Amino acid sequence: MPTEILMPALSPTMEEGTLAKWVKQVGDSVAAGDVIAEIETDKATMEVEAVDEGTLGKILVDEGSEGVKVNTPIALLLAEGEDESALESGAGGASRGATASAAEDTSATRESDEKQSAKASEPAGGNAVEDMSARRVPAEGKTHPDPDDAEGALAQEIPEGTEMVSVTVREALRDAMAEEMRRDEMVFVMGEEVAEYQGAYKITQGLLDEFGARRVVDTPITEHGFAGLGVGAAFGGLKPIVEFMTFNFAMQAIDQIINSAAKTLYMAGGQMGCPIVFRGPNGAAARVAAQHSQDYAAWYSHVPGLKVVQPFTAADAKGLLKSAIRDPNPVIFLENEILYGHSFEIPKLDDWTVPIGKARIHRKGTDVTIVSFGIGMTYAVKAAEELAKEGIEAEVIDLRTIRPMDLDTVIRSVKKTNRCVTVEEGFPQSSVGAHIASEIMVRAFDHLDAPVLKVAGKDVPMPYAANLEKLALPSVKEVIDAVKAVTYRD
Amino acid sequence: MAARSRKSGAGAPSTEKGGTAKAGSAHEIVKTLEHFDAPAPAKFSRDEDVRAYRDMLLIRRFEEKAGQLYGMGFIGGFCHLYIGQEAVVVGMQMAMKEGDEVVTGYRDHGHMLATGMEARGVMAELTGRRSGYSKGKGGSMHMFSKEKKFFGGHGIVGAQVPIGTGLAFSNKYNGTDAIAITYFGDGAANQGQVYESFNMASLWKLPVVYVIENNRYAMGTSVSRASAETNFSHRGVSFKIPGFQVDGMDVRAVKAAGDLAAEHCRSGDGPIILEMMTYRYRGHSMSDPAKYRTRDEVQKMRSESDPIEQVKKRLVSDHGMSEDDVKAVDKEVRDVVADAADFAQNDPEPDVSELWTDIYAEAVPQAAE
Repeated sequence: MPTEILMPALSPTMEEGTLAKWVKQVGDSVAAGDVIAEIETDKATMEVEAVDEGTLGKILVDEGSEGVKVNTPIALLLAEGEDESALESGAGGASRGATASAAEDTSATRESDEKQSAKASEPAGGNAVEDMSARRVPAEGKTHPDPDDAEGALAQEIPEGTEMVSVTVREALRDAMAEEMRRDEMVFVMGEEVAEYQGAYKITQGLLDEFGARRVVDTPITEHGFAGLGVGAAFGGLKPIVEFMTFNFAMQAIDQIINSAAKTLYMAGGQMGCPIVFRGPNGAAARVAAQHSQDYAAWYSHVPGLKVVQPFTAADAKGLLKSAIRDPNPVIFLENEILYGHSFEIPKLDDWTVPIGKARIHRKGTDVTIVSFGIGMTYAVKAAEELAKEGIEAEVIDLRTIRPMDLDTVIRSVKKTNRCVTVEEGFPQSSVGAHIASEIMVRAFDHLDAPVLKVAGKDVPMPYAANLEKLALPSVKEVIDAVKAVTYRD
Repeated sequence: MAARSRKSGAGAPSTEKGGTAKAGSAHEIVKTLEHFDAPAPAKFSRDEDVRAYRDMLLIRRFEEKAGQLYGMGFIGGFCHLYIGQEAVVVGMQMAMKEGDEVVTGYRDHGHMLATGMEARGVMAELTGRRSGYSKGKGGSMHMFSKEKKFFGGHGIVGAQVPIGTGLAFSNKYNGTDAIAITYFGDGAANQGQVYESFNMASLWKLPVVYVIENNRYAMGTSVSRASAETNFSHRGVSFKIPGFQVDGMDVRAVKAAGDLAAEHCRSGDGPIILEMMTYRYRGHSMSDPAKYRTRDEVQKMRSESDPIEQVKKRLVSDHGMSEDDVKAVDKEVRDVVADAADFAQNDPEPDVSELWTDIYAEAVPQAAE
């Protein structure tokens, strides 16, 4: 039975091509790997190699033919012992049937695929808004607050009568790591200066003494390398905490964070994922200028597969870091150098955790919703205090987690206050605030009495000069001005 | 012992190298490897040659079939075939123990088959179907099998090198004697993260075997046009990592090198580099017109150094197998591949609901232990 040689697809996008030249002629013997023809695709001239051996029995498409569709039979190959008579009886036989039907199968599959994907993207019942909410679910995890939890206040997370102690963010983070390392032998911390130096910002102080060099690992200055090594260690069953001296240096490692850590669970069809925490100070410190002063919240929040946490208080820093270490997914844990020294009240509990993906109402109010996170909260809280003196009661929401984002809490608040201002230190374009504004537009459009305003870092690299740096960052005044604009005061 | 004269070694895979390095432990041999010579090829029993033949032929036939299915439109996107390089993964696999891990780049079908992953599951992943190893969501370049200790399947050139180093880190952390076989090509060998990994692996004495598959072309750029030092086995010198060149077309030479490397790693002496001198017959990917080399060059490699033909000859001449015995193996392999191809063409595409699954793993309930 002669074998059909089909017009091959020679690139991911090729649908047809020109049969430029027949290198072999009828009667020529062909070995596997021999070039039999040249084909011009949309990209290049390619040589077609024979897969099987035999004799070229018949040419079905002449050289010079243009627009030959992929999978069209272009020639017949006679197997050992076959002669031309087989061409008559064999053409259209099993071989042809098989390949032709295979080709039909492909087009059928593709058609049904188009239909299916059309279905998937069609709004259910024609309600685009509902459909979009439905599609958000997987990306936002399953840790949404109870819809009835209208308060969502910190007080509800802490059992009544719990003793509170004053702790710095720095100590809270250290305690979180120490507690989790005591709890789980697979947890270890690695990074630059985390062990003998006791941490560039003293976040890992004391850990080497307690856990030893096996579990508190000083790395060379090699961000891309140790981020990838951490991913491999997580694949191997460990639970790494990878400290970046600052997240600015994680730019060197961002390929491993996104392509290797965030995507593996999906690319592996759920077989294996990457339980890892990447943590360190993020955003502007003081006078360290453009390359050391960037907020990465929006960057990482763009990526499905990552969780992104940016706490403000010590209680959240501790509770969220413990949750991050236990989480089976890669978590980006964004800290802030300026906040490290701030003290907050923190519950004295043996195992204090805060769920990832849940916002906290930091201050209740009725006139405007201010949404912020991390160090942005310092502006938001001060602005709210100032505004209260003028009779404007702002509700301040601390997102705590940027991804999955607790938009339910934000939307509930906006439906009450009808106005929203977002505050962050990152750049304004494609910012966290921009995302919140677009979601409010979709989910609470009819409740808005004013446009959502964003207060963000200025759209410039961070300058060094003290006066310019101050101008580049958000300010309490900018938050107050934005609130007054959306409440139509002044 | 193994002290021999320096060989510059780059270029065509040599057929004979070394030959005296059989005595002594891996530790002793590697310590004296200042001249970076490979051990003599292993002596294969009939069973070993049959296994090598079958395993390499399975990869060859599988890849030919994948090429056909690509041409027919069943496989989309990028598809990088391993044809020509089969002796590398098969020889290394023969030197490995249960529990050892494998990680590689995107030319990965051969590695998966060698680790024992099912041909059906790999082919169905290539066709993007639901019974593929990644439910059709990973494709040719992104496949994993936790069960077979195959950790990808990585599409970013060089990214697998720190990952393999991390697997070795976890082995050492847990005190197991498993080793991580980390494959990458001559192209990836010029990525910075490779050297970041070398440094940490050597510093911390991690049990990782770096297998550089030098197939002479990084996509369309020949080694000499891309690499200042074309002897990749020397690339570990600055990190005190020993290495040597191996005839990657001879599965026995690969096995011997793999044995030595495995023993070196397991004994706690840290990483080692094996540069496999190999060759890919096909283009970089399916859409590569391969104008950077001559057809004669390819045909010469095929006719003179083919890894499968070498073993096939031995089966008949050294092990007294008949043509029919050999053909029986051929048929067995063809049947496996035909079955895989048939399965992969008829398996349904993933359910549309799969678009939204496997993005996040469920958090384990936070009960105190």
